[in-house]
Amino acid sequence: MTLQLHAHARAFPIGGTIIEVQDVSLAFGGVKALTKISFDVREHEVRAIIGPNGAGKSSMLNVINGVYRPQEGTLRFRGEVLAGITPRRAAHLGISRTFQNIALFKGMSVLDNIMAGRNLRMHATFLEVAFRLPRAKREENENREAVEEIIEFLEIEHIRKTPVGRLPYGLQKRVELGRALAAEPKVLLLDEPMAGMNIEEKQDMCRFILDVNDHYGTTIVLIEHDMGVVMDISDRVVVLDYGKKIGDGTPDVVRADQNVIDAYLGVAH
Amino acid sequence: MSLPAQQTDTFPKLLLGHAQQRPERPAIREKSRGIWQTLSWHQLAEKVAALAAALQADGFQRGGHLGLLGDNRPRLYAAMCAAQWLGGVAVPLYQDAVADELALPLLAADVTHVFAEDQEQVDKLLEILPKCPQIKRIVYDEDRGMRHYAQPQLVSFANFRKQGEALLATRREAIRAEAELGRGSDVAAMFFTSGTTGQAKGVVLTHAAMIDRARAAAEMESLNDHDVAVAYLPPAWIGQNMFSYAQPMVVGYCICCPESSETMLFDMREVGPTYFFAPPRVLESLLTDVTIRMEDASRVKRWLYAHAMTLASRVGAKVLAGEPVAMGDRLAYKLFDLLIYGPLRDVLGMSRLRVAYTAGEAIGADLLMFFRSIGINLKQLYGSTETSVFVCVQPDGEVKPDTVGPAVKGVELKFTAQRELLIRSPGLFAEYHRNPEATKAAKDAEGWFHTGDAGYVGDDGHLRIIDRVKDVGALTDGTLFAPKYLENKLKFFPYVKEAVAFGDGRDRACMFVNIDLAAVGNWADRRNIAYTGYADLAAREETHDLIADCVAQVNADLAKEPTLAQSQIHRFLILHKELDADDGELTRTRKVRRGFIGDRYQPLVDALYDGRTSVRIDAQVRYEDGRVGNISADLAIRDAKTFAPAQLKKVA
Repeated sequence: MTLQLHAHARAFPIGGTIIEVQDVSLAFGGVKALTKISFDVREHEVRAIIGPNGAGKSSMLNVINGVYRPQEGTLRFRGEVLAGITPRRAAHLGISRTFQNIALFKGMSVLDNIMAGRNLRMHATFLEVAFRLPRAKREENENREAVEEIIEFLEIEHIRKTPVGRLPYGLQKRVELGRALAAEPKVLLLDEPMAGMNIEEKQDMCRFILDVNDHYGTTIVLIEHDMGVVMDISDRVVVLDYGKKIGDGTPDVVRADQNVIDAYLGVAH
Repeated sequence: MSLPAQQTDTFPKLLLGHAQQRPERPAIREKSRGIWQTLSWHQLAEKVAALAAALQADGFQRGGHLGLLGDNRPRLYAAMCAAQWLGGVAVPLYQDAVADELALPLLAADVTHVFAEDQEQVDKLLEILPKCPQIKRIVYDEDRGMRHYAQPQLVSFANFRKQGEALLATRREAIRAEAELGRGSDVAAMFFTSGTTGQAKGVVLTHAAMIDRARAAAEMESLNDHDVAVAYLPPAWIGQNMFSYAQPMVVGYCICCPESSETMLFDMREVGPTYFFAPPRVLESLLTDVTIRMEDASRVKRWLYAHAMTLASRVGAKVLAGEPVAMGDRLAYKLFDLLIYGPLRDVLGMSRLRVAYTAGEAIGADLLMFFRSIGINLKQLYGSTETSVFVCVQPDGEVKPDTVGPAVKGVELKFTAQRELLIRSPGLFAEYHRNPEATKAAKDAEGWFHTGDAGYVGDDGHLRIIDRVKDVGALTDGTLFAPKYLENKLKFFPYVKEAVAFGDGRDRACMFVNIDLAAVGNWADRRNIAYTGYADLAAREETHDLIADCVAQVNADLAKEPTLAQSQIHRFLILHKELDADDGELTRTRKVRRGFIGDRYQPLVDALYDGRTSVRIDAQVRYEDGRVGNISADLAIRDAKTFAPAQLKKVA
């Protein structure tokens, strides 16, 4: 199968700007993690942030997600300025994420982990759940159905009841994607979804990311330092180096950009 | 069956019968999104009728061919029946075949309509579409990833069925009448044989043939509509088709389709099948799984398990066969059944199993007896695509490792002078599709099917298959010599990895042996026998003693079989190296190339027959990295203990 999904007509054509990052700067004490970064993410696109180690990619994601608060600059979601956003608020807005180091409940089953991702969609109180009152029961069923859909989508039926800690790395990554999807996000932030995977696992993951984008229309922002993978699946790419933006555009444009080449391959001084 | 014969002579009629007799009983279950979804016989009949209506409107002709490409899915089975409803022929195809392999059967059978499981299968079909212009319609079951496909041939299953439902609403009687037009003599399905030799042949089977065999076997095992089977092997294989289509149609039992091949074991536990089929390799992997998990268990559990298994192997099979067993053993077996066997059956998903079959290749006695000893009624059967599977089945209480049972009701067996098995039964195939020469070669004027298998029927009435006819030879005194049979018998010992038998045109049978390094190595460790590697271990005196014991046991077995008693193994040697496909000694599928080995090791073969007790070998070996080296060794040749034939009786 080919990864060139975009050759076909998209079910969810790329729309207007959904996230806008404007002149964002972030510093930890004297260390400048991000300097005056501006870029936008359009609805339904696959947007990659790439760069060498320490370029500030994860920091950028953490800013969008509300984990870090930038000292300068503004962040807009659907045109609305998000001042002082928290991760919980971000989740309510429809921004889900996965982590570079897998953050799952290792002792819990795949099913329960993905169920945990439905947290925001559960409204029944503790007592309602304890006594299995109608609303709790109904919610449980609805959520389970949604989770089963994700399990089928990610082809992990066979490990449904397996504790996450016993799974190989590639599958854990897939489960984490499932947990993020369970919140039915508008925007999905993926922090190095392919790190530490072998070629086959990477290809699988690429396919799932594209499928998510295609099937649910989810806007995807992903960080990756494997250039090849990124160029195959992204619509547009932002390149960071030492906290500064050094390139932005379609994969072809970025690939030909001298600054980007220098940053990746090094340059003689 | 309470219905008159002409109302049960085709599968669609049988289906309509069930829809009337047991409308609410489950027909097919499929696990979808973690929950078993059930289709009752009534619902299935409605679905099939709708599909038949849609197929008819789409130009599917009486006598036309409908391809089915996918795993075991209720919708594909429904489509199969819908084709037959219209007097068409179902052509199930192997879902893991690559695109090019599919073109041949699709073209040969003139398939116009195909039901495909998912995007993967559709992609393959689209790839070969230019080569197969006769394909008019591809109906796909799973929508996933299909949105971007705009080919005019494609339609989703849901839409196709909806069209059919709309048609059904207005023309129910006319559609129903189509099913009544079918006759038992109509062709029901075409199965392509695996084709290890030459081109794959399309085996044409009629409704009458399949229904007859399905019914005969079902009566023998008294299957009823409360039985449950799991459909997990490729539906393009006649065996799976028999168990998950023909027999349920005849009996009205329920089949369950697992979520995927990976979830098969879990699903099996949830379903609790009562009727099950597994080829030896599946059973082997189940046993390995159990053994490995037991090794990880706590000490107490391991101790209990070891004791339970010792008892089971001593009396378990007898208990199952209903033979007398000492009171103490019987009580102990009951106790262990509570503690070990019961839970083990449960883990294997076999606690409700009444009947389990294995077939396809020779099964080791240990493997067969392991399952039987823990109370699972595993039996062997013999059959092929051309015979609608059921030729011989072991009846309850008469299960033996080396037979495939007596002929099932309706089957006649006879043998040619070369001991080739000939079969005549109502279940025989009609012909090979568009291949009259092959049909003529396989089925003679009197209707006997030439199987190509050599075998004989023992005093107990059980058929024993010994080898392919072309491999069977004779000793100089005319005794039958069946190399694979001898080799298999020896290979069932864990210590023997490969064996090569010689004897065709000679006065007695002799054997090359390859030891299994892991098993013999382990055995040597436990006896403090030091060795450096394969060649060293293979040359040890103790190893020769060990293998001599194995050979002696094989000979003791052979002595009990009048036809083969004379082909006991007289001498053997243990090869200094493992037979290897890289050296051309094995095929890539690990079958021994007897002729090649015989030529290559001519001096060794000569030594086996000229009475020497040792022989020197200089041989080239090819290492993994491509280098070629020389190994020379002195190989000991042992005489094996042979036994006087138990009785010499003429075989029928």
